[in-house]
Amino acid sequence: MTACSAYRLLGACLLAAAVFAVSSGAGSPAIAGTPQRTGDTIIYQSPVELLFSLDGKRLYVLCQESGEVRVLDTAAYKLIGTVAVGRVPRGFTLSNDGARLFVANSWDDTVSVVDTQSLRVTATWPVGAEPSSVAEDPAGKHLFVVNRISNDVAVLDARTGVEEKRLAAGRGASYITASPDGNRLYVTHIYPNLPGHGGGLQNRMPPESEITVIDTLRAVVADRIPLHSIAGVFHVAISKDGRLGAVAELHPKNLVPLAHLEHGWAFADTLTLFGADVGRQPVEIPLDELERYAARPFGVAFSPDKSRLYVTSGGSEIVTAIDVPRMLHAVHLRRSSFAEDLSASADYVIARVGVGHDPRGAVIAPDGQRLLVANRLDDTISIIDVRTNQLKATISLTDPQKLSVLRYGEQTFYTARYSFQGQIGCANCHIDSTFDGLTWDLEPDGFGRDIVENRNLEDVKGTEPYKWNGGNPNLPTECGPRTEKYFWRSETFDDLTLADLVMYIRSLPPRPNRWRMPNHELTAAQERGKAIFERAKDNFGKQIPEANRCSYCHSGPKGTDQKSFDTGTKKPTDDSGLLDTPQLTNVALVGPYLHDGSAITLEEIWTVNNPQDQHGRTNDLTKDQLNDLVEYLRTR
Amino acid sequence: MREFLRAGRIAIALTITAATCALAAQTAVVMQRRATTPAARRTAPAPALSAAARTLPRFRFENFTTANGLPDDHVFAVLVDGDRIWAGTENGLALYENGAWKTYTTKDGLAHRAVLSLALDKRTGDVWAGTMGGLSRISGGRIDTYTQLNSGLSNDVVYGVSVEGENVWVATAAGACRLNLQTGQWSLYSERNTPMEEIWVYGVSATPTKVYFAVWGSGLLEYDQKTGGWDKYEDPDGENEIVLFKDQGLIHNIVSSVSYVDKTVWASTYFGDSRYDGRYWHNFLTKDSGLPSDFTNFVKGVDANHAWFCTDKGLAYYDGADWAVYRPSLTTGRPEMIVRDAQGHTSALPVTTAPAHNYILGIDFQGSDIWVATAKGLSHGIRQQ
Repeated sequence: MTACSAYRLLGACLLAAAVFAVSSGAGSPAIAGTPQRTGDTIIYQSPVELLFSLDGKRLYVLCQESGEVRVLDTAAYKLIGTVAVGRVPRGFTLSNDGARLFVANSWDDTVSVVDTQSLRVTATWPVGAEPSSVAEDPAGKHLFVVNRISNDVAVLDARTGVEEKRLAAGRGASYITASPDGNRLYVTHIYPNLPGHGGGLQNRMPPESEITVIDTLRAVVADRIPLHSIAGVFHVAISKDGRLGAVAELHPKNLVPLAHLEHGWAFADTLTLFGADVGRQPVEIPLDELERYAARPFGVAFSPDKSRLYVTSGGSEIVTAIDVPRMLHAVHLRRSSFAEDLSASADYVIARVGVGHDPRGAVIAPDGQRLLVANRLDDTISIIDVRTNQLKATISLTDPQKLSVLRYGEQTFYTARYSFQGQIGCANCHIDSTFDGLTWDLEPDGFGRDIVENRNLEDVKGTEPYKWNGGNPNLPTECGPRTEKYFWRSETFDDLTLADLVMYIRSLPPRPNRWRMPNHELTAAQERGKAIFERAKDNFGKQIPEANRCSYCHSGPKGTDQKSFDTGTKKPTDDSGLLDTPQLTNVALVGPYLHDGSAITLEEIWTVNNPQDQHGRTNDLTKDQLNDLVEYLRTR
Repeated sequence: MREFLRAGRIAIALTITAATCALAAQTAVVMQRRATTPAARRTAPAPALSAAARTLPRFRFENFTTANGLPDDHVFAVLVDGDRIWAGTENGLALYENGAWKTYTTKDGLAHRAVLSLALDKRTGDVWAGTMGGLSRISGGRIDTYTQLNSGLSNDVVYGVSVEGENVWVATAAGACRLNLQTGQWSLYSERNTPMEEIWVYGVSATPTKVYFAVWGSGLLEYDQKTGGWDKYEDPDGENEIVLFKDQGLIHNIVSSVSYVDKTVWASTYFGDSRYDGRYWHNFLTKDSGLPSDFTNFVKGVDANHAWFCTDKGLAYYDGADWAVYRPSLTTGRPEMIVRDAQGHTSALPVTTAPAHNYILGIDFQGSDIWVATAKGLSHGIRQQ
């Protein structure tokens, strides 16, 4: 038996074992020993989203890693064709007539237009920064493209692709869903909105997110449904009658020490329900129950008759099946949100079905009998019988293949199986292997002490030591003992698993920088900012001590000298002011800033938090110069 | 003249410090420089309606104050967005919708309670509010605020704002700036990179081709969007206090607002108003026009030939030949409408309503209706003919 076939057999056994119902009392999938894998570099498919053709005869599968759309016939799920699109496609939609497939290529900043007859790309339209999903209005006039980095929704002419305008959405805008009549679009975002101005306690405030509601007729923002205490919002589903909406989301408990994982204090995995069936106020409800979490909810789908609601959970590798009438009954009984009540979900969760690694998008087949789920890190599609809520089949998108070290490391990164009660995984805080935009109270040193901002993982290789206090000399320490002690509080990785996890994290590339010009030259403002970054004399001609120049600490290709300094940002609640120099990779994206997130924007690092010039000599700068410095930093 | 400008600015600065904002500041200036030829003194009752009186618009004014829902009677700016009316007041941003007022305050994220200017992004429906403490965007009920500390905004005192395409142009107490909404980049314009000698920018009017800035003490600045070049228009009389060359250039360097429409610039100053079509200047003073006062806070062009002037002595309309003034009488407080035709004949028309106050700060159009910001309330002028 080859290693890959052994793995596949093991995977099949795991999946078979993982199909269980709430009433059976079965536990989470058993953790097997480390499977065999290869050091070869393998390009996987990584399916993330699924779509049925209008006649239901085809299934379109969006494959993120291979950058393609796979087309299957729905009778036997045989491959009909493959269409190469752009890099890291993240979302797609069909035109109203089904003749065109629009694909958002997140790393190319383009939308591919695919002719569904010829299965060829007929056009590639430039759009905003990191397009992540698309939707068309009912009239076929506009295409709406959700841009993760520019935090907006581009409105394109659906015939020509010419951008007409952009609508402000939430931070990290990523997913879009149309109402059944197409008159409304619901847009979600993965990073919490940055707080506004306040009393200086912005880094101690619960996160705020929203569902941005777009009026498709006018192509304007009609409303914003607030999501209080939510950070990380994924798919929205709207029932066929338009009366009930559900959105999958993370409810972090970042302002109490994460060391209290045994008390359920890390994340609540929740849905927010809205619409006429709920009433005027949206209601947040839990998916978790005691000792059985639905970590990282992502995909949401209603059955056509609205009797069932299905939610995929990437960390727990399950699909949760919900009885909608019972759920609404629970909502009406309680009349307000009850997200942290771990006893509540028993009232409406009727099954938890094990699927593959990191399940993402879910779609109900046109016959209403099957739920299909894209398992991103298995290259498979799970088919669940919605009458029995049992796994019916698992479709593999590829021939038998090896499991690579990097893929296994990625599976380890995205699963929640290692933490106490399966509550969290690395990807809870490093969404899509990046960051979460939150500040956390991590250490068990008292409530409110040593609040730290969560740092980005992009291009993290070679930036050791880790942690803001520089306490972990390398990734094996950071991801091994430290993670086990403070985060998982449960099982430890075996040596090979830890090694693969570290390999995966070290392999993470930076996403393309959107502020750099294509020819890598700098604009005039960026050039001026670079000169300020590297300057040795201040505006008065006085020599700036070497250690007080931007380029001293933020040196090297990644903008860190990997040493610790006291930049005068220590707060009374901090144990030490000596802080590791953070890397500058894609620094424009990762606010809030400073070790405790007390600078909401790059500007505030210097306008608010550097009164004594300890964080570089900056108080001599004019406003123009500070703007230039920020423009340069955005290119890093 | 330069000393006078400085003195005036100090007076304004002190007034602002006292938190009574631009309204009182402008009053301080006018106390020193007030023109003395109100149109009313030349008015005589007309036995019959003249041709001008018959063609000039007549309104029935409905006034809003704190008594019927406005958060403050000091209304600095008004903006019409379809059926929705936005009022920038000294105590918040008020929205009139479906017959009721809703007020946004700093608790909602508004940059400052005193809202000095408003602009609508017609493509997105977003409203931009310039305040005494920064710039705010109101979008679908969410307020995002930009200040000189948290962004590249040049100064927190935002006198004017205008949206053109993906750019938001901002007039501040320390120069002008532009925010590109797609890139997030701020570009600053001041004495360092423009012909701006003074940096108190009171107004901005942006179009895809040209952007005009009303600069307090530094005339009118023109930015060419295509070339990136600047032009400057100043009073040809320089620092002389009398108008030697009336139609040879901008009427005065203390420019309070600008409106660019149909390739025509309308500029208001504290010493008369100007119209410039790219070739010829035409200036308006109380002594030879229907302006009720040379002290004009705000001007808004309808097109190349029609404009509204918001003065300290009433609201004036110019249709290219004839004038109308709408206000409570300066002496009796009774509503009045004064008409002046192209030949200089004036007449008073009988009216029963008037804007809430003489001191007019802003205007916007809702079809054939007008909405008027005054020092003591917001007025809805409902077109009667």
